[in-house]
Amino acid sequence: MAEAHNRPPEKFTLRLRRYDPESGGAPYWDEHTIELEPHRSVLEGILQARDRFDGSIGIRCSCRQAICGSCGVRVNGQPALACHTHLDAAKQSAESGVIEIEPMGNMPVIKDLIVDMDAVHWKKIQRVTPWLLAKQPVPEREYLVSKESMVDVTQTMACIQCGACLSDCLAMEVDPGFIGPAALAKAYRFVGDPRDDQQFERLNDLAQDPQGIFDCTHCFKCVDACPKGVNPMGQIMRLRRIAIGDQHIVDQNNGERHEAAFTTLIRDNGLLWEAELLPRSYGGNSWFGKFAPAAGKELLSSLPTAIKGMLRGKMTIMGVLKPHKLPSQDLKAVQAIYEKIESRPERYELNLYITGEDEDADTASSPASLEGSASQ
Amino acid sequence: MPAHDVLIIGAGLAGQRAALAAAESGASVAIMSKVHPVRSHSVAAAGGINAAISVDDDWRSHAYDTVKGSDFLGDQDAIEVMCSEAPAEVMELEHMGVTFHRNDKGEMDLRAFGGASMKRTAYVADITGQAMLHVLYEQLMRHHETVARYEEWFTTSLLRDDAGNCCGAIARDVRSGRMEAFTAKNVILACGGAGQAYKPTTNGLIVTGDGIAMAYRAGAPLMDMEMVQYHPTCLVETGILITEGARGEGAHLLNANGERFMEKSAPNKMELASRDVVSRAEQIEINEGRGVGPNGEGILLDITVVPRKRTLEALREIVNLGKDFAGVDITREPITIRPGQHYIMGGVKTDVDGRTAIDGLYAAGEVACVSVHGGNRLGANSLLDTLIFGRRSGEHAAARAASMGMAHVDANAQLLADAARLDSIVARPREGRRVSEIKSELGETMNKSAAVFRDEAGLQGALETIGRLRAESESAWIDDRGTVFNQDVLGAIELGYMVDCAEATVVAALERKESRGAQFRTDYPERNDEQWLKHIDVTLGDGGSPEISYSPVTITQWQPEERKY
Repeated sequence: MAEAHNRPPEKFTLRLRRYDPESGGAPYWDEHTIELEPHRSVLEGILQARDRFDGSIGIRCSCRQAICGSCGVRVNGQPALACHTHLDAAKQSAESGVIEIEPMGNMPVIKDLIVDMDAVHWKKIQRVTPWLLAKQPVPEREYLVSKESMVDVTQTMACIQCGACLSDCLAMEVDPGFIGPAALAKAYRFVGDPRDDQQFERLNDLAQDPQGIFDCTHCFKCVDACPKGVNPMGQIMRLRRIAIGDQHIVDQNNGERHEAAFTTLIRDNGLLWEAELLPRSYGGNSWFGKFAPAAGKELLSSLPTAIKGMLRGKMTIMGVLKPHKLPSQDLKAVQAIYEKIESRPERYELNLYITGEDEDADTASSPASLEGSASQ
Repeated sequence: MPAHDVLIIGAGLAGQRAALAAAESGASVAIMSKVHPVRSHSVAAAGGINAAISVDDDWRSHAYDTVKGSDFLGDQDAIEVMCSEAPAEVMELEHMGVTFHRNDKGEMDLRAFGGASMKRTAYVADITGQAMLHVLYEQLMRHHETVARYEEWFTTSLLRDDAGNCCGAIARDVRSGRMEAFTAKNVILACGGAGQAYKPTTNGLIVTGDGIAMAYRAGAPLMDMEMVQYHPTCLVETGILITEGARGEGAHLLNANGERFMEKSAPNKMELASRDVVSRAEQIEINEGRGVGPNGEGILLDITVVPRKRTLEALREIVNLGKDFAGVDITREPITIRPGQHYIMGGVKTDVDGRTAIDGLYAAGEVACVSVHGGNRLGANSLLDTLIFGRRSGEHAAARAASMGMAHVDANAQLLADAARLDSIVARPREGRRVSEIKSELGETMNKSAAVFRDEAGLQGALETIGRLRAESESAWIDDRGTVFNQDVLGAIELGYMVDCAEATVVAALERKESRGAQFRTDYPERNDEQWLKHIDVTLGDGGSPEISYSPVTITQWQPEERKY
């Protein structure tokens, strides 16, 4: 592996998205050819272009080692830290061999690759009361807390506030008011901290907020984008589990009922019964849910979508009336997963930050059987 | 014109700690930084923070280790303050929310570090600086009503009234390009070291000696500027740091023959001798042809001797750094490193309350020289330095502010002069050299001649080069003609700051005709307490050249003795 790092310098072409707010002109592309060893970073490439050809290229940067969080950009359309992306890897993922570098998404551009983090990212962070509300009385020495709990919250403490997870958040694209993955990861940093005194209040706020924990669409973009293994979506799911399972928070957004309906339908049928999901999420977690007034209202408002689905053949009458059928051994396999998880004395939280990539096989439940039973 | 009791320039650990202390003391506070506070270079401090919190430990042991680490150049009264206040300070950070690693009893865990006589380094994996910086920023957000934050404001000069007191600063809003004068009863400099005057360096691109140069230009003496720390374990190409925590966890250093060469120079502490000792030992191996790598300029750091699970848990960041920046899985194979510029022990001379020679001007953290590090800083003492002296500066400045009225100063002339200075840089014709070329040559010169080993001829040559670079920098041209986020013009100002710092370093290194701590003169290889157990102060003379004077080293309990590890 180390031999790859002794390769001589090569030429790389960088295509930078530029924007000069003072020119009155639109954003434009600007190309520079730089020469560096292939394992050097995209940031070093940009800095070489800046030093040699054009000092006006705007990019925030400092540490060059993926810890200060300044240089979040999009490389070939994917959010990343420029200092944390190798030139050769970037070239490989580029369509024409030209490495394209743009500012991050979901935030206004100030100049070139510099975006307005204050207007979006830091505003969202403020919404989670981002400081410890410490248990009283404060001890004379340190709070005595378990080693595991501190290592656990250190995963979210490792967030460098670079904004990469916001850049491509799909929920934020649709709903810019969504509190977003970074702020929710920050929220977990306090909810998971045994020294914090306001776990219920924090969770209740985030659950009742229509743009809080239940606004995440579970798309995994933030997990891919995060350069530090913070796993923001994983933290959001943990916030949901703690809110529902431990704190028994029933939220205004039907997040809790939706999850209950979802898991029950899959346990009973092995596959999701889509037509039942909506009425149960609003009316209650049984077949009778659809007769509740709240469900009726929702069903009525979703009628145009349902009709469109039927006209295009995506939905059938039988599909509405009966669940998908699964071979009985597959259904049993699905239900075995439920039994295994529910028989655990404690909820098992997988923390990829600590375990590393090839630790004990015991860490995950059986992903193979999950995949097998979910394929149609 | 914004006016505050305390204006803090720099928002790393020292600045944020000062802001918090001043705000809690009831002062109106502004904190200003050329980058967003969490981008400050404190974020890169990995290994931990020293404090005698273990029941078996005593702060005097910590103080003695620090004195010895400093090669007896540290001021012992200041070291006593720092080490005796360390346990309470670390506890306070814990109470604010820093997620310190715990032992099985739920207490803070401690790891071994270089130059320490026992395990005394509290840590958060190997992101201790980041965790502390982010937690302090949480507290600043909490105190938003009493602490005004000027994020991405670049300071161009300090304001002084007719009596010579510091009473504010001129700064430029990086985002809009607008210049503004800030008045304040007190100013605290907390804007870090000057590592970018070296190439390569472990320091971020923002670490350009701004505060040191601004204080120097305002007439404050600098101290111990010859003492530049080379960290023993930096990646060969980029200078990126591998934390001392790796050796704290038990990693070995090996030469090309596979020998643990540290047994020659530090038979007891081996890899955990103080940094100057280890860096020198490595450089000797490299110079004598026992280095590894294509040019023989590397040393092997073998972390595979540490249990893999422990490495993944406690050295997570460098596992990733190894993979991402060197292509090496450090849990499976050794990684090639070498000494690299990391820290400056010197800085703006202060007392234990952060006061400089100029009334109303304080300094804390790497920008300052108290001097608690003397000739060589111990690993994990820098975070402690930032917190203790940041807090003390903030408290003292707040108390001073309470007993005085707001300064009356007409800042307009200086504001216009600074604005004109920036405009003239933007307008320079494209003749001569680019800023980036000059910066690069400055860094290479310093890394060649003011590094681990130094001598008269090399330092003289460096001084001449710096003189030429200074002249060139005064007409160096830039590309950016705009005002919004014109980083180019700020780079030209930073270059001027770095040239000042480099010159002070070389002048002091020439002056000190002995070897002590990080200063090893091959032409004067012995420590000479009789003549050189004193600080070298550098002040800007009337003619614009540095002037040398001396100040005594404060000795309380520990007489100088031969230094062995």
